[in-house]
Parts: sequence; C-alpha cells; structure tokens
Amino acid sequence: MLKITNLHAGIEAKEILKGINLEIKAGEVHAIMGPNGSGKSTLSAVIAGNENFEVTEGTISLEGEDLEECSPEERAHKGIFLSFQHPVEIPGVSVTNFIKTAINESRKAQGLEDMPAKEMLKEIREKSDLLEIDRKFLSRSLNEGFSGGEKKRNEIFQMAMLNPKLAILDETDSGLDIDALRIVANGVNKLKSEKNAVIVITHYQRLLDHIVPDFVHVLFNGKIVKSGTKELALELEQKGYDWIKKETTV
Amino acid sequence: MAYTEKELQKELETKEYEYGFYTDIESDTFPKGLSEEIVIAISKRKEEPQWMTDWRLEAYKIWKEMKEPEWANVTYEKPNFQDISYYSAPNSKPKYDSLDEVDPELLDTFKRLGISLDEQKKLAGVAVDIVVDSVSVATTFKKTLAEKGIIFCSISEAIREHGELVKKYLGTIVPRKDNFYAALNSAVFSDGSFCYIPKGVRCPMELSTYFRINQAGTGQFERTLLIADEESYVSYLEGCTAPSRDENQLHAAVVELIALDKSEIKYSTVQNWYPGNKEGKGGVFNFVTKRGLCENHAKISWTQVETGSAVTWKYPSCILKGDYSIGEFYSIAVTNNYQQADTGTKMIHLGKNTKSVIISKGISAGKSQNSYRGLVQISSRAENARNFSQCDSLLMGDQCGAHTFPYIEVKNKSALVEHEATTSKIGEDQIFYCNQRGINTEKAIALIVNGFSKEVLNKLPMEFAIEAQKLLEISLEGSVG
Repeated sequence: MLKITNLHAGIEAKEILKGINLEIKAGEVHAIMGPNGSGKSTLSAVIAGNENFEVTEGTISLEGEDLEECSPEERAHKGIFLSFQHPVEIPGVSVTNFIKTAINESRKAQGLEDMPAKEMLKEIREKSDLLEIDRKFLSRSLNEGFSGGEKKRNEIFQMAMLNPKLAILDETDSGLDIDALRIVANGVNKLKSEKNAVIVITHYQRLLDHIVPDFVHVLFNGKIVKSGTKELALELEQKGYDWIKKETTV
Repeated sequence: MAYTEKELQKELETKEYEYGFYTDIESDTFPKGLSEEIVIAISKRKEEPQWMTDWRLEAYKIWKEMKEPEWANVTYEKPNFQDISYYSAPNSKPKYDSLDEVDPELLDTFKRLGISLDEQKKLAGVAVDIVVDSVSVATTFKKTLAEKGIIFCSISEAIREHGELVKKYLGTIVPRKDNFYAALNSAVFSDGSFCYIPKGVRCPMELSTYFRINQAGTGQFERTLLIADEESYVSYLEGCTAPSRDENQLHAAVVELIALDKSEIKYSTVQNWYPGNKEGKGGVFNFVTKRGLCENHAKISWTQVETGSAVTWKYPSCILKGDYSIGEFYSIAVTNNYQQADTGTKMIHLGKNTKSVIISKGISAGKSQNSYRGLVQISSRAENARNFSQCDSLLMGDQCGAHTFPYIEVKNKSALVEHEATTSKIGEDQIFYCNQRGINTEKAIALIVNGFSKEVLNKLPMEFAIEAQKLLEISLEGSVG
C-alpha cells in the first residue's frame, strides 16, 4: 500500500530524514519507535505532505501512485490520515461541523454529493459510541479547552469517521491515561481491516500492548536502523535505545 | 513548497470583487453640484410638502458651516462635494403591480447577485422593499403588513402619506447638526425606508430592504426611520451589494430607530459595497450615522456584517434613555487589500438598570486597517448600569492592522463595566491541520473565519446568516492556484 524509497527530507537545508526505506502492505500494523529527535514526527509530516519540509531525494507512493505532486488535501482524499501529536484548536468550529466539512470535501473531490444528513448522523452516533464519546463533546469548539486525552480521542474519532486507507498515529498515547489508552486502542483495533494499514509512532511499549504491531522499526538519526517483529519493542523497553545507538555507530 | 504567511496573503489579495458588473438602466440624473436650488429641486421632484423642503434647506445651511470630521483612523482623498450628482432615479418609474413589469435588466442584476426577486417572493415571511438608486421599484407583501396596521414604505411615500409621524420623529435621534454627513444627508436624502409598527403588534415577518448604488458618480443618501410603538416587535434586515466602479462613490446614510416602552427592534445589516480594486483604487466611501433610542424596558439590537467599502465610518449606537432598557451591538467587520474600516458603537446609559452588550469581531487581511471604536457612557443618574464589551481581532498576513479604541466614561459608582479584547492570527498549523483532513486552504480559511465570527453570525436571522457566511468567504478567499 505505502512504499517509501530512499527518502531524504529536511527543513531549511537541515537534513532530518536520511534515506528511509519502508514498505507497508494492506492489513498490516507497523510501529515506528526511536529516541527523541530521530525524525519520527518529520516522517509522518512528510507522508502527510506538510510543505514546511522539503523532500530532496526519494519517493513516497500510495498504491503505486507517486505522491510527490500531491497537496496535503489530495493525499487526504486518497486515504492518508494523520493523527496529530499536537492537534490545533479552531475556535467556534464545532467537532461536528469540522468533521462534516472534512467528509464532504473528500466526497466532493471524488465527485460525490454531500453525505445526507441522516447518514452523517448515523455515522457520528456509531463512531462516537465506539470511542465512548459524550454527545455534548461533539458540539464543543474543535480542541478548544480539550484535555490531552480528549484531543487524542477526537483525533481517533475523526479517523473513524474518515475511514482512511493508511492511518498514521503520531504519539497518540502521549497524554492518555490508562482508561483512555484502552478506549483509543480498542477503537483503532475495531477499525482495523484487511484493507487498511496503520503506522503507530510511539516511544513506549504500552500502546503496543493494545495495538499489536506486525512489524517494529527503530528510527535513529534519520534512518531505520533496525526492523523486527513485536519482540523488538519489548527488547527496546528493557534495554533502552543505547544499545541501538552503539550498534549503529560501531 | 511551504505555504507561508506571504503566500496566504498573496492569495487573499487576488480576490476580485465578485459582483463587479454594472447594470445599464437609463437614469434620470441631476447635474453635479450642491446648492439651495438643488435641495429645492430634490424636494420638488419628490413632491414633498413645504415643511419638508424647509427642513432640508435648514440642514443645508447647517452643513455649509460644518467641516468634515478627521478624527477617524482612516485616510482618504476627500470627496469634492460639488462634483457629485445628488439625485438619480431609474427612468422607468411607475409603481409595479407585479415582477413582470420590472425592468428585466434589473431583475437580471438581482439574479446574478443570487437574490432574485422570484426567490425572494417565495421566501416565506420576507417582504422586500428594494431601493435601487434611491427609488423604490418594487414592494411586496405590503397587504399582509397593512392588515396588522404596519406601515412599511419608502420614506418619500411616508412624507406624503404619513406626514405627521415623519414630522414628529425625523431628526429627533440624529439631529441635522449631529455631524457633517448627517447634515448633508438631511439636506439631500433621496430615498430610504420608513417603518411604523403599531402598539402591541409583533411584525409577522422580517422586513428587508436591499440597497444598491448604481449610477456613475451618484452619491447615495439613504434615510431610514423606524418606529416601534409600545410593546411592539420588529426585525429589520438591510443588505447591500454594488457594481464595480472606478471613481469613489460617496454613501452617507442616516438611520434612526425609535423603540417606545417595552418594544424591541432588531436591525441587521449585511454590507458588501465595492471595496476598490487590489491596488486600493476606487471603492465606496461609507459614512453612516445609525442611532436608536430606547424608552423604558425597550431593546435595540444592531447586528452588522461589514465586508465592503473602501472606507467605512460607522457607529450604530443606542441611547438607553428609559429605565431597564437594553442595547446590543454585534459586529463583524472584514477588511482586505487597502480597505479601511473605523467602526464600533456608542452605548449611552441614561436610565436606571440599563444594560448593554458589545461583541465586535474584526478580520483584517492584505494591507487593510481595521479599527474598533466604541464608547460606553454611564451617566450620573444611571443607577446599576451594566455593560459587557468584547473586541476580538483576527489578522491574516503581516501587513494589515487591527486597532481598538475603547472609550469608557463612568459617572455613577454602581456601574459595572467589563471590557475584554483578544488578537489572534490564522496559523499555518491550523491550515495544515484542515488540509490533512481533506479541506483545501480556501475552505479552511472560510471555516476558521466563520468559527471566529460565529457569536455574531448566530445573531442574524437564518437566511441572512447564510448569505453573510457566503459574503465572508467571498471577501477573504483567494483563487487558489
């Protein structure tokens, strides 16, 4: 589904990603771990098409289609979803209004009519129940005054509503207490299918106890230095990143 | 490539006036210039009684002695008042019984604006009195209103048919000597609307008037007088769009509202006059005096969405004379390119237990300047007066300006006056977040701006709110290339 080949990218002449290779097939869950500053968030931003980062070399393709010329919204229309580490506030725009706009803009891009209100309502009901979201929450201004946990739950709610092919969860576990973590992970697991794929970016093993990855990659200094199965995450949890760093520098 | 503030700004600058066309309707236009003779000629043309002619002449005398005000935070080339034609009326002037008789070109103009009369007529509960270049050409729903004893007509007609009411109230809220533009308007006002709601009557529909400026070099001097008698209620809508022009057009309207005991007036305006091109050439000068008087337990709400005009100078105000009276001001002012707006309100608390609320939302883009100027005055005998003011500014790019000039004068210790203000910017991160959810930049800006303006948009009647939202989008969106 997603294929990244020799990706180099950076910001203002500073190279952050230094040759990433990654292939993700439909139905798979990949975890990307690594110490602070290794380029995890940059990778997710570049996949989403954030134009603050410049791709200097390499390609990203989704279902065989090169994304280089695609704007962030076009990537979204093709089914890429990024759950932000720090979701922004949009005062005066309710969660409902925002998701309605997002869904209808995507439909418009596909030449479809707006989603009928009845169907929209049904979707919202289903997905908010799935994530144990209070209805009142849906009328609040997007992310304004939300707790860390509410923000993340809202991101996953949007993901559920948009039903993406590829979801990137950028440190979705940060700021979540144990209950919220379980709810969010349950939601992700229920949305998981043979047709979509998930990239989980995290520092910790605890999220991976709930969302079990097929593959774990360690990102260090802009490169994937080690890949393995879920056992690799456990090993990292025990040993920390130092041994990886040593291994890489040797 | 990164989507920077600069690019965002550039996009906003490329927004051209969507309604930039000119309707070719034959007009009957006076020679340029202003003199006693012209004032008399206007009065005569409108078949006015002598008292009205005299009233105008007195206003002209006052105006001649006055100087144009310079205190507002705007700069512009002053109009040459002798180079303006003070009267213009569409030529085919007879009153129409049905739409079929209206000049087809005019109807076409309205269709292009998306406010076709056909639709308007069908829009249940909306009576439309259209003012094109100063003369009413169509009035609908008049019968329904007449059954309730409501008078809704052009001010010219009111002067002829309801002289006593006009004579009693005209100029009582905005006196002729109030300010330079009010004096000018009093001398030369060409037309406008008049509305009287009798005692205890709740007006069953939103009354609405569409104003347009349509004749090259013609100043537009509208005069509106609205009287809500005791325990009555009325909601009044005023909306404007204008064709594209090269030279500056002067607009100096006067609106007077009288809310008698226990009555309520809601006055909503959507204003979208030609703001000039992106170099700041042309555009309408909008110097308006709007003021209302509240008697005991009466309430006046001003809601305005201002997106047009090159220069705006406008302060819809409330004189809270009666005890327990309430004044409200909800405003959205958008400026782009070289537009300048100096707008706000005055809340004059005279009566006991009077309350006022001010919510002002200013949105500046391009190289524009957007100022809020508001006065809250609590007089010595206004026991327990309350005011809450909130002024929020949203900036786009780094070449525009937002200014706030709050004036607070309190002469009674029991007063409670609150003022809150915020300034924010549309961030690249907000735009990217929307983009990531499949919402393009144009739509994202519209969404953010609508969110910012929501508190005020919510105060507009439903159909007007939708139109206003469209206007906000038109005013701020760029053609994303």
